[in-house]
Amino acid sequence: MVHIPPPLEIHDLTVSYDRKPVLYGVDVVVEAGSLVGVVGPNGAGKSTLIKTIMGIVQPNGGWVKIFGQPYRKAVTRVGYVPQRESVDWDFPVSVMDVVLMGRYGHAGLMRRVSKRDRRIASECLEKVNMQPFSDRQIGNLSGGQQQRVFLARALAQESDLYLMDEPFAGVDAATETAIVELLRDLKERGKTLIVVHHDLSSAREYFDKLMLLNMRLVAYGEMEETFTPDLLQKTYGGRLTILSDVAGQAAGRSEFEEEGNPKL
Amino acid sequence: MREEFFPTFDYGSVFVDPWWSGFESTFQVVLMGFFVCLACGVIGNFVVARRLALVGDAISHSLLPGIAIAFVFTSSRSLPAMLIGAAVAGVLTTVLIELIHRKSRVKPDAAIGIVFTTLFAVGVVIISIWLDNVHLDADCVLYGEIGLVPLRESFILGGANLGPLPIATMGAVALLDILLVIVFYRVLLVTSFDAGLARSLGMPVNTTHYGLMIALALTIVAAFEAVGVVLVVAMLIFPAVTAGFFFERLPALLFGVAPLSLAYSLGGFHLAKWLDCSIAGAMVVTAGALFVVAWFFGPKGGLVYRSRALGFLFTASKQKISPQIVG
Ligand SMILES: Nc1ncnc2c1ncn2[C@@H]1O[C@H](COP(=O)(O)OP(=O)(O)OP(=O)(O)O)[C@@H](O)[C@H]1O
Ligand SMILES: [Mg+2]
Repeated sequence: MVHIPPPLEIHDLTVSYDRKPVLYGVDVVVEAGSLVGVVGPNGAGKSTLIKTIMGIVQPNGGWVKIFGQPYRKAVTRVGYVPQRESVDWDFPVSVMDVVLMGRYGHAGLMRRVSKRDRRIASECLEKVNMQPFSDRQIGNLSGGQQQRVFLARALAQESDLYLMDEPFAGVDAATETAIVELLRDLKERGKTLIVVHHDLSSAREYFDKLMLLNMRLVAYGEMEETFTPDLLQKTYGGRLTILSDVAGQAAGRSEFEEEGNPKL
Repeated sequence: MREEFFPTFDYGSVFVDPWWSGFESTFQVVLMGFFVCLACGVIGNFVVARRLALVGDAISHSLLPGIAIAFVFTSSRSLPAMLIGAAVAGVLTTVLIELIHRKSRVKPDAAIGIVFTTLFAVGVVIISIWLDNVHLDADCVLYGEIGLVPLRESFILGGANLGPLPIATMGAVALLDILLVIVFYRVLLVTSFDAGLARSLGMPVNTTHYGLMIALALTIVAAFEAVGVVLVVAMLIFPAVTAGFFFERLPALLFGVAPLSLAYSLGGFHLAKWLDCSIAGAMVVTAGALFVVAWFFGPKGGLVYRSRALGFLFTASKQKISPQIVG
């Protein structure tokens, strides 16, 4: 049998900003076709994990492999939805321009965008119901619409592994349902999705697997095994755990107390 | 001080005579102004879109020590040496700003302030120690001498006289900027808009940033002797923000640079003829006036289009596409 490397393999990953550790010793293997929710309190390092996987942030130790390769070699197989606040929405580009950026990985740095690229971009906008807005400047969109533009751009990347940082932030219920359907559809087609999510109550129905994160990997596995009071308590549970002591030392106690409440 | 601020306006002496009796020098000054605005406007669009307008200001000031050191080493106003000195100073400025911002608690705007004032001061010190008696006077560095450009030595290439050297250099830099933007358009676009996506596409984000800063430094140094380091900042920022009241996409903003440059250059030249004042100053005043016009009447976010009383016609047509339904 031929060994097929998993979409994502992380080994003993440690990341810090200015010597302040944010993630330590994360070890995880995500299998193909998984729909994984990443949950944890604010400042748990969820965005940092995504950014490290993508090579945006350099780790201090450990490694990440994507389909068995270092990130650089697997660039075109990864689609990315950043946190909405991470870009400047006054930037002079239209909705279509943004979605076309998702095609650049395929088009190469110099080749012009082809008719096919435009058609794919247009179809992706259709899938998130944003086709009628394709000529709008991105700043004239509502928060939920902006989120859907990002989603369309990720779809246009036609990747095998998707990394999404809070795609549900600031969207209304209808959009949320539409996005969930989209995620399920991608999963059916054998894609792997890793989605940072904030709302624990809906995480249970949206995802198949859960990654509980709070500076360390608390747990990773099937929903039934990970969505337990014990593990959730360990992830969010304030000062009762050993974790929070470490967190308290690193991040300052007051910050942790304010932000450490689970939304249940 | 002269008696009246506004001399009597005489159409003939302001608009006709300069072209009639002194065509060559008029043409050269206007062309120089056009090249300056063109080069600065093209690079400036990316500077503004990346919210680096202050960094542009910082680089323009910290070129002083770069130029001064180049001057000390070569003891002449050799252009290649000055360009290299300026490029080094430009990169040093950005590296220092980022270093201070990343490795300390100092906020980016404060880091910019620290770096450029220090470098500028180093330039002032160098000039006052070693270059006191040579011609690199502060007024020229600060405000430029675009009116004197026609008097500079000619650029001779293969026996053909291509006009004064500063114009040839500025034209070459403008052409270089335009070519760079055309060739690296996508990389510039994506790294400016979303560095995360750019990295995820394997684009060289940091290299692009420093490349842009080098191009910015070269543009500023080629432009500074015409308009000075202070006014050059205006030329970086005005075209982008003025066109922004008319267009919402980067390519359109970039194309808007050419007509605006022509307007700044011609408008500034004739305003200066009328008021008998600094041409570079008059160019910036023209740019400022055009900005105000755009701010009032521009269809994208201009005040008139925003105000309810006058704007109902325009908003009525806009509202047709506004309602959104999510499926
Ligand atoms: N660029 C940065 N420089 C320094 N520290 C940072 C930086 N980005 C994040 N941090 C710190 O790293 C920690 C983890 O941040 P991260 O953004 O990964 O959290 P998160 O889990 O995504 O939080 P949220 O739920 O608020 O999005 C936080 O304590 C944060 O203060
Ligand atoms: Mg986050």
